[in-house]
Amino acid sequence: MTLRISAKKYIEEIQNGNLTVEEFIAKTIERIQKIDSNLHAYLEINEHAVEQARLIDKKIKAKEKVGACMGMPISIKDNICVKGTKTTCASKMLEDYISPYDATAVSKLKLEDSIIIGKTNLDEFAMGLTTEFSAFGPSKNPWNTEYVPGGSSGGSAVAVSSFECIASLGSDTGGSVRNPASFCSAVGLKPTYGLISRSGLISYSNSIEQIGPITRTVEDTAFLLNIIAGIDPHDNTTIDNHNENYLNDIDYGVEGKKIGIIKEMTQEGVDKQVSAATNKAISKLEGLGAIFEEISLDMVEYSVAAYYTITATEAGSNLARYDNLRYGYDFDSEGYEFNSYISKARKKFGPEVTRRMILGGFVPSAGHVGKYFLKAMKVKSKLTAEVNEALKKVDMLISPTVPILPFRFGEKIDDPIALFLVDINTVTANLTEKPAISIPFEISGGLPIGIQLLGNSMQDKMLLQAAYALQNTVKLPEVPV
Amino acid sequence: MAKIGLEIHCQLTNLESKLFCSCKANYREFSPNSNICPICVGLPGSLPMLNKKAVEKATMISMALNCKTPEKIAFFRKNYFYPDLPKNFQITQFDAYGTTSIGHDGKISIEGKDIRIKRIQIEEDPGRLIYEGSSEKTQITLVDYNRAGTPLVEIVTEPDFDNPKQVRLFLNILVDLLENLGVSDPTLEGALRADGNVSVEGGNKVEIKNVTSFHDLEKAIHFEITRQQSLVDRNIAVISETRQWDDRRKITISARKKEEEQDYRYFLEGDIPWIKLNSEHFEKLRKKMPENIASKRERYVEKYGITYQVADVLSSDKYYADLFEKSHNEKNAKEIANIITTDLMGLVDTREKRDISKLTHHHLTELANAIIANKISRSSAKIALQEMVRTGKSLIEIISEQDLDNVSDESMISSFIEDVLNEETDAVKEVKEKPETVNFLVGKVMKKSKGKADPSITLKILKKKLEIS
Repeated sequence: MTLRISAKKYIEEIQNGNLTVEEFIAKTIERIQKIDSNLHAYLEINEHAVEQARLIDKKIKAKEKVGACMGMPISIKDNICVKGTKTTCASKMLEDYISPYDATAVSKLKLEDSIIIGKTNLDEFAMGLTTEFSAFGPSKNPWNTEYVPGGSSGGSAVAVSSFECIASLGSDTGGSVRNPASFCSAVGLKPTYGLISRSGLISYSNSIEQIGPITRTVEDTAFLLNIIAGIDPHDNTTIDNHNENYLNDIDYGVEGKKIGIIKEMTQEGVDKQVSAATNKAISKLEGLGAIFEEISLDMVEYSVAAYYTITATEAGSNLARYDNLRYGYDFDSEGYEFNSYISKARKKFGPEVTRRMILGGFVPSAGHVGKYFLKAMKVKSKLTAEVNEALKKVDMLISPTVPILPFRFGEKIDDPIALFLVDINTVTANLTEKPAISIPFEISGGLPIGIQLLGNSMQDKMLLQAAYALQNTVKLPEVPV
Repeated sequence: MAKIGLEIHCQLTNLESKLFCSCKANYREFSPNSNICPICVGLPGSLPMLNKKAVEKATMISMALNCKTPEKIAFFRKNYFYPDLPKNFQITQFDAYGTTSIGHDGKISIEGKDIRIKRIQIEEDPGRLIYEGSSEKTQITLVDYNRAGTPLVEIVTEPDFDNPKQVRLFLNILVDLLENLGVSDPTLEGALRADGNVSVEGGNKVEIKNVTSFHDLEKAIHFEITRQQSLVDRNIAVISETRQWDDRRKITISARKKEEEQDYRYFLEGDIPWIKLNSEHFEKLRKKMPENIASKRERYVEKYGITYQVADVLSSDKYYADLFEKSHNEKNAKEIANIITTDLMGLVDTREKRDISKLTHHHLTELANAIIANKISRSSAKIALQEMVRTGKSLIEIISEQDLDNVSDESMISSFIEDVLNEETDAVKEVKEKPETVNFLVGKVMKKSKGKADPSITLKILKKKLEIS
């Protein structure tokens, strides 16, 4: 029995009776126990997973109705609430916090009989792109454990690419699904804003972030999207997708599709190997009948600055609730006056969160709002206008997901600005509310490179069709763990 | 001369649920922290779900205060740390990016003076802090989040009041208006709160906070005018600041200076998309809106010939107006209006009394019709009314139980009269000289008959016996 199968294959095997859920879950846990002390993808493992597996096996055996996931193990980034389990955001601030409810995406997965196998590591409160900012230690890139796995959904990408689960849910505020997917050679989708409910996703920058699936194949992403997408009475910002089936016609192809090559994301500052891989992807798609042209987006130059200004502002507000009054960690408040209590209680935030809290207090403040926050909002709307204009001419846009290859631990952590620039190709989709997907395309010198496609709002399906076509042009090696 | 402005917070107490979740808007019946959910205590990952009914009620308030209403509204976050604020920001409205709060530029008139309404906004109420003893000396502060997320409408006026009396008149009118609209029950503790700001000529604007009742607000404003005027008179600068009302000492105390004012870092609440308010929204609500007080009053005067004063009392209290509307017809309207405004008022003047009252509009119809048909005297009617309020029994039951029906049998009345004429010899003499004093004797007869003698028959017989006209 092998764990190295896709969700699609898993369902076939279960249906054919070649596999029981219990076998698969037990084997998965065994593997996690074996390799995760080194990789550190997980912060917590579901202790009841095997029991839950048995129950589903029983239903299968009794030919009762079984949900579409048929017991497949899915991991959840630890900033997404799973009822009755710790949801820490990889922060000391929420070290012992147990969520009393399920995120909508999680409850939809549970309804379809998936097994939530564990909670995955991330940069504290999803702020970072290496998992080095996790308060509980970083995850490691399974392709080379001296390298970062990307982030902030690093744990999810590691778990998926190293067969510690079949799929995972991450969250993407500025590339946090796509970046680690690219670094770990997995598929990562940031859907159109509002396609997946954010209810139960612990907000970092709520106006631009989305939950997104991380899987090993494009079909598996479409499969998960079928389950978790759609309007939700617990999130006013969700959009009705009319029960779109993202798996139907996934092999539609790219013939005649116009794809724009984003000039600002493919030239300056892009690693040679990444650039070469991108060109190769373009010619592969060209071979399948896609038509390419260069598109320039002037505002991309300012996008990262705007992104950090907006996210800091929203984070400053979203994380204000962590005052340790209603939940949090053990702290004796006796003898403190309220303001000194607050600053003392909030000392548990790590350095990156603290940095962004300070920034978030400053950029929207009375004397500076015009200079920073409102300017950032202007960049956001101009960038959106530019992308909308471009998407009138072409069906989608292409670039490498990350302009550089995965890097070593410690290499950039002390240089926040250098880290920020790693986001240059991913933040546009968030700021413009568009869907974007990272597809594993090459292993260069043992390190993965992902290609990003960005489409128009609610064109997630077309994006998946193109991603599927690109995925099938290459056969990549399996992870060396 | 002083300039006074107001900020009024009105809870939409008649709504079923809170502003962003399905917890009860009426939090008062719950034991502490039992009317809460992940949304109203801001648990990680929870999102606000806007209560559309709150937007409707706020729109009605806006229209009733003659405000302009925008085509789309947005919500903002007001960021500050306070223990009663579970998210450490309040979701409210704010006029950035053009006008996005539910109403602006309205007015209402008080005694011919226009009070302009600057802005109306929808926001959430925070929780409540409970101190051990006074807030300054407390050793322990407890927080109850039952109230957190209750829908509030804030009404901000321009500084158009000249004196505390105008403030009182305005608040009275506003309370009646809100009650008539069916959006809020002002008798509930904390349902309506007002803060004021005061400036005098040659001074600066001073905000007064922490006033718990309208009565104290009037006092606080009065205190501020006197304080500021005396500073100006002595050439001492009045600084722009926020002052706390000290409930115990009945004075204001400096809380913070203008330059210490908090920066609330307002920005758009992304979890609630912009809401378009099209003309259908307004039309639909206009149809739902109850008749306003002025129009009711006018109708009562014109249609039934009720006096302005009575019509005013009747129309401005929703409880009385509703009773009147349900009980009257064209013939008995005037009588019912009189019963309500003279006899009923003292019986049901507080919320508590109204809650336990058993009176229905049917009782009023019965009673008025009985008076008109001469079946019961006014004084007996008064007794019957008390009984109705207390027990909810029908008029027929009460009459038979208490023997209240009119005596119109002339021989019986004559015997009462004989008794009175024998006892009141002085008065009889006087009546013979001054016939207009005959009512004194009518009164005596009524008393003797325990209010049951028909007064018109009594008068007729008396006049005959005393040979007066």
